[in-house]
Amino acid sequence: MEELKVNHLRELESESIFVIREVAAQFERPTLLFSGGKDSIVLFHLARKAFWPAKVPFPMLHIDTGHNFQETLDFRDDLMEKTGASCIARLVQDSINNGRVVEEKGVNASRNVLQTVTLLDAIEEHKFDCALGGGRRDEEKARAKERFFSHRDEFGQWDPKNQRPELWNIFNGRKLMGEHFRVFPISNWTELDVWQYIFMESIELPCLYFTHKRKVFKRDGVWLAWAPFIQLRDSEKVEVRDVRCRTIGDITCTGLTLSTANTVEDIIVEIAATRVTERGGRYDDKRSDAAMEDRKKEGYF
Amino acid sequence: MTESAPGYLDMELMRFTTAGSVDDGKSTLIGRLLFDSKAIFEDQMEAITSASIRKGDEGVNLALLTDGLRAEREQGITIDVAYRYFATPKRKFIIADTPGHIQYTRNMVTGASTANLALILVDSRHGVIEQTLRHAYIASLLQIPHVVICVNKMDLVGYSQKVFEQIRGQFLKFAGKLDIKDVRFVPISAKFGDNVVERSLNTGWYEGPTLMYLLENIHIAGDLNLVDVRFPVQYVIRPQSDQFHDYRGYAGRLAGGIMKRGDRVKVLPSGLVSKIKSIDMFNSSLDAAFAPQSVSITLEDDLDISRGDMLTGVKNGPLCEQDIRLMICWLNKKPMLLNGKYAVKHTTRDVRCIVKEVDYKMNINTLEQDYENREIGLNDIGCISIRTTKPLFFDPYRLNRTTGSLILIDEATNETVGAGMII
Repeated sequence: MEELKVNHLRELESESIFVIREVAAQFERPTLLFSGGKDSIVLFHLARKAFWPAKVPFPMLHIDTGHNFQETLDFRDDLMEKTGASCIARLVQDSINNGRVVEEKGVNASRNVLQTVTLLDAIEEHKFDCALGGGRRDEEKARAKERFFSHRDEFGQWDPKNQRPELWNIFNGRKLMGEHFRVFPISNWTELDVWQYIFMESIELPCLYFTHKRKVFKRDGVWLAWAPFIQLRDSEKVEVRDVRCRTIGDITCTGLTLSTANTVEDIIVEIAATRVTERGGRYDDKRSDAAMEDRKKEGYF
Repeated sequence: MTESAPGYLDMELMRFTTAGSVDDGKSTLIGRLLFDSKAIFEDQMEAITSASIRKGDEGVNLALLTDGLRAEREQGITIDVAYRYFATPKRKFIIADTPGHIQYTRNMVTGASTANLALILVDSRHGVIEQTLRHAYIASLLQIPHVVICVNKMDLVGYSQKVFEQIRGQFLKFAGKLDIKDVRFVPISAKFGDNVVERSLNTGWYEGPTLMYLLENIHIAGDLNLVDVRFPVQYVIRPQSDQFHDYRGYAGRLAGGIMKRGDRVKVLPSGLVSKIKSIDMFNSSLDAAFAPQSVSITLEDDLDISRGDMLTGVKNGPLCEQDIRLMICWLNKKPMLLNGKYAVKHTTRDVRCIVKEVDYKMNINTLEQDYENREIGLNDIGCISIRTTKPLFFDPYRLNRTTGSLILIDEATNETVGAGMII
């Protein structure tokens, strides 16, 4: 008999679908954190697969910093309309207006840290007991130790030293009132796996991932997109280049890659040959050696 | 389509766990595998180069690549399971990197639970030590199908064949007491790369493969049980739409066997038999599915089936009992209570149990069964009997790692406190 085996992408897919279904089975009010980036788009695709022919039995949640690329927001609205899914958007600007957070000042000002408060407020407002996220363990050192089911206390905090052991594929989602879970179904995927899967499944992406001409400037070796609310230093000048996004986050901290890659195949080849990590272009991670760990403890994505 | 993209779509996934003591070069070996397979990027390399200089290390300390959390970087030790990824054109690898010191048995067990292969490091100067045996025992207990013993730091013993053979002999003598199906030995130097990816010129006497060759070629597709059909029902899909009005799909991941359209299946616990009408997967149907695929199954008959039930073959069903004997690894500071009650998660089934008896505690340094001191505390391994509130549908762990495993949960704290392997 022919030997039965699945390739690595199908095995990862099976694992992720299993995790997503566990969430639907174990929690009362889950949500899927949708950012418009490729990881959350893949996660959403997996969720649709997990419940087909039924609709995804929980809403998406988008924390909008107000500094998003317009292309991301248009893509989000399109995708939700096409698939009949529902998406709740919560604005960091509202948190600033209510005085829940104070806007950072200076040239490196970013709303990246502020969105943690908006996120935790939204979780509380909707009584979500579980938030699915597109985090991957290969992204960053602190994420390498994250569990699939990550417990958060009533303050939304992550305690890396006191994580529940996670054995086999048995996931313990039990919790006390007021606590919640973050669940990361694509924990075991790498950047290349994500792109290969996008190729294999013909998943649509925002145009920002493909080459386009854009006004950009260079800060500390990273190309950043220019936008009206960005403060330039004297030495920085805006120029037009052929770029694409390797990750999509806030305009203020999303590093751009000089690239002419126009198709998913081009991108796979580019990434297979690339020598800098994906988050190497993330300005928010450069703040300190343990920047991600600190943000995650506070309740970041 | 351009050159490399399609080829890479057809790789196999291999999960392995690494174990070693504090100084036997485990982090260096992982750093070496990542480095030589080009899984390390320039910015990571720059970061560890500057950190090495700051700390006054001699040369670039590859070990820094795998130390994740701040506490670890400060103490210079790995304190939890960390997952690493790299790929070669043949396989994608997931490493569960676990610390080796005694108090972290719980992490080793966690890392081992999903592994196809265990990589155990031995310092060639010290030979097989207590910790090596402990690691091997855990690999055997968790039924990791393949074990590779890396005899490391061969450069410090002059690449001596005699030393290598002695260590092999020591280990094999001990391994006879264990249940390890496949064990290999490779003489390496993680620091200099001998026999890691490239064959070493320093070990002319060694005719076996390099470590990387083993990792890429050890046969793993046959490790899953494809004979006995086990399908724990995870979730029932009932679309509230006109198009799929009567659709009732049982979603789950095959834990064993092959299911084909038209096959007869038995439903547990009811014992009713039906036929598979379709095996669905997003806008399409499959003729067959096998472990470890996640699918949705519809049946010819309208039966009452919910999460925690199991579809199995008509023959070769699982055991179905309430009194269960198992090996337990305790994961919590609070010791296990005899006659204590715990929540149990087994496949997709939730029940409660009472610990009826502790048969013996395992002395994992001598592999002797201790019938005197039977208190099971953090990092202890023992043989116990439990009684569950409802029957579980299970197989012995040796026959199926999914249907043979369970966890115990403290009902007050909700913490996962025990990892059980059914005998």
